[in-house]
Amino acid sequence: MEKLGRVWLITVILCFAVPFLACAGSTKDITVSAAISLKNAFEEIGQLYESKYGTKCLFNFGASGDLFKQIAGGAPVDVFASAAQKDMDDADKQGLIVAGTRADFASNSVVLIVPAGRKTSLKSFEGLRIAEIKKIAVGNPKTVPAGRYAEEIFNSFQILASLKDKLIYAENVRQVLDYVVRGEVDAGVVYATDAAVRSKDIKIIATAPEASHKPVLYPIAVIKGAKSEADARAFIALVLSSEGKKILQKHGFK
Amino acid sequence: MEGSILFSVRLSLQVAAVSTALIVLAGIPVAYFLARKDFRGKELIDVLFTLPLVLPPTVTGYYLIILFGRNGFIGRVIYEWTGWSIMFTWYAAVLASFIVALPLMIKTTRAAIESVDRNLINASYTLGHSEFNTALKVILPLAKRGIVAGTVLSFARAMGEFGATLMLAGNLPGRTDTMPIAIYSLAGSGEWSQAHLMVMLMTAMSGVFLYIANRYTKRII
Repeated sequence: MEKLGRVWLITVILCFAVPFLACAGSTKDITVSAAISLKNAFEEIGQLYESKYGTKCLFNFGASGDLFKQIAGGAPVDVFASAAQKDMDDADKQGLIVAGTRADFASNSVVLIVPAGRKTSLKSFEGLRIAEIKKIAVGNPKTVPAGRYAEEIFNSFQILASLKDKLIYAENVRQVLDYVVRGEVDAGVVYATDAAVRSKDIKIIATAPEASHKPVLYPIAVIKGAKSEADARAFIALVLSSEGKKILQKHGFK
Repeated sequence: MEGSILFSVRLSLQVAAVSTALIVLAGIPVAYFLARKDFRGKELIDVLFTLPLVLPPTVTGYYLIILFGRNGFIGRVIYEWTGWSIMFTWYAAVLASFIVALPLMIKTTRAAIESVDRNLINASYTLGHSEFNTALKVILPLAKRGIVAGTVLSFARAMGEFGATLMLAGNLPGRTDTMPIAIYSLAGSGEWSQAHLMVMLMTAMSGVFLYIANRYTKRII
């Protein structure tokens, strides 16, 4: 019994002591919620931002749909950079973004990929109908922008209905890439920038024609209630500047 | 980069330790009441506490945002009073782990308390112990095995908590990226060698922890 009492005492002390030990220093900072496909490019821009303005740049990377839900729930976010217009439209409709701060800062193309080293007669999006292709990974159109683009592309080739049973839905575009790299699926639809990350492990079969889907434009905006609107605007200005463009281009964005 | 791995390891341990401590404090009384008392809506309360165990963690996370976000039912009140929001802080990771792992503690502890010999409990009352003393000196010590097992399971679950944490605490490198979230982030940005290192570290830590817990449990029981 002695022992149990002591365990309780230690427990109680731990509960109250640890939060104080872990107090973070409060320097000036902004929080940027960005689509995870932007991670490498944005971390570089963030460093540039910190060296330029001396304001710390905190990132929150995730799926655009989840980032929107967090912002709608009142997450303390200053800047939102989404991989699709839809999530930014949703934020706009709910009055969450500062009017006049929204801008498109990058574009991307959508490609059809297969595992590297796999013998395939697949040559185009239309070719996906052939019997040899049994599983095609795409993002879940409900939450993953890349999945919605894939659906639009299939629609424009009028093959969506015939592919229904072959589609494997992933919860983000990098999961699609992973399925293809591991050879779990016969083909997948991802952004050109994702394909570039694992260029050795996959083969690009085709790039979707621009007319086959809505343009892949990445919007960015200041969120209402930002800690410092000026700092948030400065971050967006940096992304849109020629220096920012250069970094984005280095990571495959257009 | 080693620094950020070390940070994630420390944060994961810290989050798991604090949430497990809270789970022990909250879980034992709740389990005791569910096991020993009869009241209307008892099973409903049990269901409510168990739900996070079976719901997809992102759903639990979504509920937590609705409750504790700056615009949430509870979060709004806290924000209006203090100007502080739990979202995107490591406390949010503690809260998410607490909610998701609590049912493991309640389930095992309740079962353990229910299996304590009634004669011993009645004897304690007959000998003049109050209910509180009986609980503390007879029931809980006899249910120790279940309580320890529940604590170990809760800690392990808290260490591995991902979905609800990602929703409520976000994925802020250097702030809220616990090991599972850092792994998601590294895999998401194609940094595979770092991701592999972290995956192996996570597996090894969980394995070692469970091994030590098993040995320790055997010794004290």
